[in-house]
Amino acid sequence: MTTRSISAAGSLRIAKAFLRAREVSILIVILVVFGATTIYNHSFADPLSVQQLLVGASVMMMLAVGETLVIITRNVDLSIGSVLGLSAYVVGDLFAHNPNLNILLAILAGTGVGLFCGIVNGAIVTVVRVPSLVVTLGTLYVIRGIDAIVVNGLQINPSSIPSSFINLGYETIIGIPWIFIIATVLVLIVGYAMRTFRPARDLYAIGSDPAAALLAGIPARRRVFFTFVLSGAIAGFAGALWLAEFATVSSVAGLGYELLVVAAVVVGGVAIFGGSGTVLGAALGAILLNTINQALVAARISAFWDEALAGALLITAIAFDRYVFLRRERALRVRLAARVNQ
Amino acid sequence: MSTSELGEAGTVAGASVPGLPDSPAQPLPTDTGGDTARWRWQSLGRWEVALIGFVLATVLYGMSESHYFLTGANFFDFGLNIGPIALMALPLTLIVITGEIDLSVASTLGLACSLLGYLFAHGWPLPLAIVAVLVMGVLTGTLNGVLVTRLGLPSLAVTIGTLTLYRGIAEIILQTNTITGFPNSYDTVGTSPIPHTQFTWTLGIFVVLAVVFAVVLHTTPLGRSIFAIGLNKETAFFSGIRVKRIKLLLYTLSGLMCAGAGILWTFQYASARYDAGTGLELDVVTVVLFGGISIFGGKGTIAGVVMAVCVIGGIQSALTLINVSAQAQEVVTGVLLIISVVLPNSGATLNQLRARWVRTTPSRS
Amino acid sequence: MGEAGSDRQPGNLGQQISAQPPASVPDEAPLLVLEHVTKWFGAVHALSDGSIELRAGEVHALVGENGAGKSTLVKILAGVHKPDSGRITLDGKTLTLHGPAEAGAVGIAVIYQEPTLFPDISVAENVFIGRQPLRSGRRINWPAMNEVVNEVLDRLGVHLDVSTLARGLSVADQQIVEIAKALSFSARVIIMDEPTAALSNAEVERLFEVIEALRAQGAAVLFISHRLADVFRTCQRVTVMRDGRFVMSDAIGNLTVESIIRAMVGRDISTLYPKTEGEPGAEVLRVEHLTREGVFTDVSFSVRAGEIVALSGLMGAGRSEVARAIFGIDDRDAGKVTVNGATIPRRSPTASMAAGVGFVPEDRRQQGLVMDMAIDHNIALASLSRLSNRRIIRRSAESKLAADWAVRLRLKYGRLKDSANTLSGGNQQKTVLAKWLARQPSLLIVDEPTRGIDVGTKAEVHRLLDEVAHQGVAVLMISSELPEVLGMADRVLVLREGRIAAEFSKEEADEASIMRAATSQLVRGAARQ
Repeated sequence: MTTRSISAAGSLRIAKAFLRAREVSILIVILVVFGATTIYNHSFADPLSVQQLLVGASVMMMLAVGETLVIITRNVDLSIGSVLGLSAYVVGDLFAHNPNLNILLAILAGTGVGLFCGIVNGAIVTVVRVPSLVVTLGTLYVIRGIDAIVVNGLQINPSSIPSSFINLGYETIIGIPWIFIIATVLVLIVGYAMRTFRPARDLYAIGSDPAAALLAGIPARRRVFFTFVLSGAIAGFAGALWLAEFATVSSVAGLGYELLVVAAVVVGGVAIFGGSGTVLGAALGAILLNTINQALVAARISAFWDEALAGALLITAIAFDRYVFLRRERALRVRLAARVNQ
Repeated sequence: MSTSELGEAGTVAGASVPGLPDSPAQPLPTDTGGDTARWRWQSLGRWEVALIGFVLATVLYGMSESHYFLTGANFFDFGLNIGPIALMALPLTLIVITGEIDLSVASTLGLACSLLGYLFAHGWPLPLAIVAVLVMGVLTGTLNGVLVTRLGLPSLAVTIGTLTLYRGIAEIILQTNTITGFPNSYDTVGTSPIPHTQFTWTLGIFVVLAVVFAVVLHTTPLGRSIFAIGLNKETAFFSGIRVKRIKLLLYTLSGLMCAGAGILWTFQYASARYDAGTGLELDVVTVVLFGGISIFGGKGTIAGVVMAVCVIGGIQSALTLINVSAQAQEVVTGVLLIISVVLPNSGATLNQLRARWVRTTPSRS
Repeated sequence: MGEAGSDRQPGNLGQQISAQPPASVPDEAPLLVLEHVTKWFGAVHALSDGSIELRAGEVHALVGENGAGKSTLVKILAGVHKPDSGRITLDGKTLTLHGPAEAGAVGIAVIYQEPTLFPDISVAENVFIGRQPLRSGRRINWPAMNEVVNEVLDRLGVHLDVSTLARGLSVADQQIVEIAKALSFSARVIIMDEPTAALSNAEVERLFEVIEALRAQGAAVLFISHRLADVFRTCQRVTVMRDGRFVMSDAIGNLTVESIIRAMVGRDISTLYPKTEGEPGAEVLRVEHLTREGVFTDVSFSVRAGEIVALSGLMGAGRSEVARAIFGIDDRDAGKVTVNGATIPRRSPTASMAAGVGFVPEDRRQQGLVMDMAIDHNIALASLSRLSNRRIIRRSAESKLAADWAVRLRLKYGRLKDSANTLSGGNQQKTVLAKWLARQPSLLIVDEPTRGIDVGTKAEVHRLLDEVAHQGVAVLMISSELPEVLGMADRVLVLREGRIAAEFSKEEADEASIMRAATSQLVRGAARQ
């Protein structure tokens, strides 16, 4: 019994699995929202509008990548918004004092800031074994506070930033914005790594059953530490690009941006309890949230609905996942009951 | 409450042996070593003592920074600042003890503020508007509770969702408007203390409610059940405790009290905006955790929370007096939050490190 | 009561049971040997003489009651515990294990009752987690991995879709995956702990085929089970343990069910379990046609005041589930439960408690006690409202209640304010009993009342139950320990695969008939034809 040919039934099953994949569903929803809005407002499909859509989604896509890895291990990183802000400021400040600074060095500096924050988070979570929710809540505070002290009311003057850097924010190549390409490349690279390398697969095991992972000899602490470092580094990197995109530094109030990222990630199919989900799905979730955001504007529904919709989406996504989970469990039990009663 | 990934796989063997007498109160040791749960319990008893020290240190620090610190007027400002936070910390304390979390507290406050402003601006008589807002609080709290208990969704994710949702609804209601013009009799909440004292109304209500909560939590069957649920949900259920109903009740209570805090906030600032209280959930969580309530559930005292209110409010008051910006103060709050969870667990970490240095001894304990 | 076959001579049972003759026992040197291994846990002597010889190509059964020391022995083999004395040899050389990883490395694999697969990961990857086969650039070679796992499953004669997530698999399938995983580690010794407990007939058949495949490939299989019928189907050799020590070991051909049972039990029952006679009173509990799909079907019985009714049967037969459904922890699909004439709604422990039912659960640490809570708080946990005056717990009443019961039950503790995890197992169980007895129930359900506690406390618990029954309480006792059942029960109900298979009065009951009713190898054999 060693030859396995793909029968017609087999390929049908593969097709069904494909369609049932979360990523496909989100893509369909994105297209539906896009389509519906375009019908209402034709200019929504204009090249400029679509570009704006992609640009707006890019930063959240990147943050979603890092957050996905953290959530897969059954943790959460709530400090990414603050890290983003701090990194944007540091890069902006660097430019203000060195207008001829190499762009790549500047981006590297921003990434370094994020990397450092990630190390701090990871160390506290893995060494002292404290729930990541509380730790990253605390570091969110601390980083934002430090940022505020450092900024001290000063504004970053857009004119102090080299134009080549700002161009990163909205320039396109064959019509696709640079920043979106960067984000997509990140998604693809990390997504590929998640499917291809052993340490990445360990993350799924850790989130699926932490005790069993330890028993299986997986170096859980090391892996989790790494996810926080990576999440921080990506947030730093994204911060530099944020500066390019908006040419200004904003200190986001309260639990703002990071929660939208978590919402995007969960909507994208990453289980809040860890163990499953893909980076691609999370990125699509980010695109979906942004599309809805822009769609509201285009449909002339007040943008004030945006936050409420994000919250409702998150709750619906979790409830839906739970419903599917329970249904599957019940179906399994019925199947088993039938076998027992043979 | 989903915790970090590192669990402990312990094994305990029970066996029957003929002829040997029952051993006196000796626990069967686990082979993984380290009775971490016990350390945490003991350390928490000491935490309240440490808090007293923290309170004293805060007072001394404040006095050293400014002569104005211990004045009545400053106490009033202290109450204005920390009062709403303290009020919201009370129900959150109970929720955290049962092992859950509620991050939507400040958004409920904001929603209440918005709704109150909206109704007022549309001509509703204030008493009626207040009742309507309290009803709204019950509804929002119940939604949280239903999602957690009936649908069995993780409370972290749910309240992140409702945090966003409720703030969003507040934004829809009021948009960028600021409603002002509340009658003076109501506005005195923000301008005058309770007669013959320097307590703000919010702080005064907090003190009264803190006593009530302390009585309920530490002396009634409901309070005992709350602790039991946090320590072992299954045993609590097997002992006839209605776990789901209690959790639902606590979430509803939280919604109600946060709505109340929102009403007081509106009168305190004499204005209603949709972004009222944005970010306050972090202060509330810090107060609760710094007050010694274990994030894992099952432990804590109201007294600890009251002292945490004093410490955090006091520090913020002192820093304000020396003109440290609100955002810079966040650094301090964040550090306090981290300390409040790192310290209790550091005992377990030290035990582990110690165990790793000492080679395993023969299994006779 | 009894199907065709129950009136056969017990002595012939051995020959009747084995449907196929066991393969000839190989004569080579044993692969893995334990000699007089001992293990203490604190003051409890869990293992006083653990000895067993496992041979390649042989399926070896380890049989014994609960508390006989089987699980301790297994954990030592698995590297989880280190023995205090004795010798372990592998291939003739002394073996010292420093942990489960090392045991895995030398080729010892354990399949526990609860599968430890990762639910969100595929079958193939579960087998190879942490060591997935690689190709160039340290990238995982998915096709190769799937192929290897398929090949292993083929060798076992099983077909599974290796890309399904483990979450979607039945317990039986997960077991197979665990076995495949063990094989992928080149395991030479495969230990199975109660593998058939949760399986359907068809799944058990499949497992037997897999075990035969393992045996044919030269593995040494250690098969721990209470189900003697399964033992006779698939094993070549049996070792019996009792009270922490080795009792006997022999080839299956030389044994019968009776001889094994006698070796397992082998003590004078009457002196240990002093159930005194009494006149049972009015009916307290009546269960009618209780059904839960896939778990138990059409269960009906009654318990009268002063009676101790034992619910016995194999693990997985549904006894705890029936008890939990009566109390209201679990749901039920059909049936009626009446206590003292009043019907109890389903799924409401509160209503059951109000009707006078107490429930001592199976897992005292996870379900019976709040380990981090004080002893007196634990005792008071089910009586809080009764101890309160106008909604405030009267501490004096609480302390008195706890102290009274501690005295009455002869509880050994440091202080009543100490937390429950300072108590020994026996005293923990007494605390749970105190909690429920404090409510003065009219029906007390106890699930495995003396599991894992020392003999001295065991006797005390039995005396207590006897006393309680004498005071007019109806007692429903679930127990897997036959001597306990025979010694304590006025009536014995045997549950088999969710149905009441037999009922015995005190005079009628004996180990063999209970075992027979519980295992009913004959019914399985009949179904296969």
